[in-house]
Amino acid sequence: MAIFLTKDSKVLVQGMTGSEGTKHTRRMLAAGTNIVGGVNPRKAGQVVDFDGTQVPVFGSVAEGMKATGADVTVIFVPPKFAKDAVIEAIDAEIGLAVVITEGIPVHDTATFWAHACSKGNKTRIIGPNCPGLITPGQSNAGIIPADITKPGRIGLVSKSGTLTYQMMYELRDIGFSTCVGIGGDPIIGTTHIDALAAFEADPDTDVIVMIGEIGGDAEERAAEYIKKHVTKPVVGYIAGFTAPEGKTMGHAGAIVSGSSGTAAAKKEALEAVGVKVGKTPSEAAKLVRSLF
Amino acid sequence: MDLFEYQAKALFAEYGVPVPQGKVASTPEEVRAIAEEFAAAGKPRVVVKAQVKTGGRGKAGGVKVADGPDDAVAKAKQILGMDIKGHTVHRVLVEEASDIAEEYYFSFLLDRANRSFLSICSAEGGMEIEEVAATNPDAVAKVPISPLKGAPADVAADIVAQGKLPEAAAQGAVDVITKLWKVFVEKDATLVEVNPLILTKDGRVVALDGKVTLDDNAEFRQDLESLASAAEGDPLEVKAKEKGLNYVKLDGEVGIIGNGAGLVMSTLDVVAYAGEQHGGVKPANFLDIGGGASAEVMANGLEIILSDPAVKSVFVNVFGGITACDAVANGIVQALELLESRGEDVTKPLVVRLDGNNAELGRSILNERNHPAVRQVDTMDGAAALAAELAAK
Repeated sequence: MAIFLTKDSKVLVQGMTGSEGTKHTRRMLAAGTNIVGGVNPRKAGQVVDFDGTQVPVFGSVAEGMKATGADVTVIFVPPKFAKDAVIEAIDAEIGLAVVITEGIPVHDTATFWAHACSKGNKTRIIGPNCPGLITPGQSNAGIIPADITKPGRIGLVSKSGTLTYQMMYELRDIGFSTCVGIGGDPIIGTTHIDALAAFEADPDTDVIVMIGEIGGDAEERAAEYIKKHVTKPVVGYIAGFTAPEGKTMGHAGAIVSGSSGTAAAKKEALEAVGVKVGKTPSEAAKLVRSLF
Repeated sequence: MDLFEYQAKALFAEYGVPVPQGKVASTPEEVRAIAEEFAAAGKPRVVVKAQVKTGGRGKAGGVKVADGPDDAVAKAKQILGMDIKGHTVHRVLVEEASDIAEEYYFSFLLDRANRSFLSICSAEGGMEIEEVAATNPDAVAKVPISPLKGAPADVAADIVAQGKLPEAAAQGAVDVITKLWKVFVEKDATLVEVNPLILTKDGRVVALDGKVTLDDNAEFRQDLESLASAAEGDPLEVKAKEKGLNYVKLDGEVGIIGNGAGLVMSTLDVVAYAGEQHGGVKPANFLDIGGGASAEVMANGLEIILSDPAVKSVFVNVFGGITACDAVANGIVQALELLESRGEDVTKPLVVRLDGNNAELGRSILNERNHPAVRQVDTMDGAAALAAELAAK
């Protein structure tokens, strides 16, 4: 089962012919992802060879979907053109758009998100500024290294790429159903809550790990959601206890403003609803381990 | 990026939002010249305002009314050089004094929770809006703004009505709000705040203060460089920015380098916990060298951190995900050679933790190089403990 992405997912890559797109398409193919095409209006009709796998390039997302039945698109388009690329995916009504691109102006993200809402949210958006998602052993849509873990029964949702990798690696012997990197921007398409809901409903997930960081109140809202709707055990980890107020810590959304968005407040909110929160990533991993 | 008040007001003026006339000065002489101009134009009464990127200037004594050039100079001398919440005042804005009848609050901002924009409006301005919201929540209107529709006149009129601004100010406020929306969108702002927005005794609506935050991600289509004041901020942060590094100076002793924002934030925390066992040493900085972790970026990062006199030890924490650890280890070796060829003496201990893809290979590369400053620990917690211990010595 897993969530959002399975072995049956047919994946398009917008920006496949760019340097990042090419590199990661090769990696996704190696991880077993069923990549059915690339999208680039200037290279439509061409075929790109990835170590023996022939991948056709389509002029638009809609064309690619029509020709292949694609239901997922991974977007590597540079920030300047990312808004149009996402809107194109939304207009084509593809089921899932994974926006890897880092550095998209937040006005552009707000605009494509509003556009998605106005179209009835037929497209799930993950990201932007995220590593994508992986269902180990089945499919990999994005830039998460596929070989650091194996299939298993932990569901992981995280704002941070490298912390996701760290956690996948620490618990590689237990393995994961799906790992979702939702991204560190102030506005993101899929939230902790969306992933929690999907993991709760997924028969292949027994334990959920939730990694958060300073900024906003998504973790606090996730805590409220867990209290009402999540019966599976959840282990949390929050990064940024020592972050000073008013400084952006790497991710555009990682900023403590006044007294809001602190790691301490997030930890407290999660613990108040029974979520065990590790003090360090390895402590969080130990807490997960104790549940198996 | 936060703007100074004078920069925010210049943007407002560009879009036709009424602001008091004024000029920025960095010396008492410049203040005198500006005040004399105002006096000659029949406006001897001016306001001297500290230009710092923090709130609470008024309470700190950074905003003073002056009568005439001599008084303006005296007030400027008190304000220039003053410290307001850790920000040194390098400039003052000298403005014509306004005849205030009433003070309101207005802002456009990012609404992260609703993945949209929000406007906040209140007839009670001049004080912190959080304070008003806490004591009199009914006085604060929060009106969602659709990124697709924006804030044309009908939306602005609705905001003004919900904020309960009086009839006398309504038309002027609608006009200001529609123009501020243009500033918000066209300049890629994440915050445009006017507090107070005033009604003058002669019936005009004027932005008496201005706070604007611009989106750094919009750099490709905005001229942020001309608004950035390189001289502001920590010298190491300025230097790091020139090299394109994602660096934030903190006040501890353990230099930190890692790949990925989340992992680096986590590293700071783990070092701070370890420091509790070692006389309270803390992380000296945040530095994310990104997924790639190339030798050049590693060298530039190490150079900045080693040049920080507060740093006693360095913790290099890399998880090999996309980039394998052998490449990272080679990067560290090359970085050390590069630094030594630049004449840097690398004697502060570097605790390196490599884990993930090809970790064994990466560790053996560092072992072979056997640099006297480098020590390897396989786990993040263990490496943090050693880095903290070495910094406490």
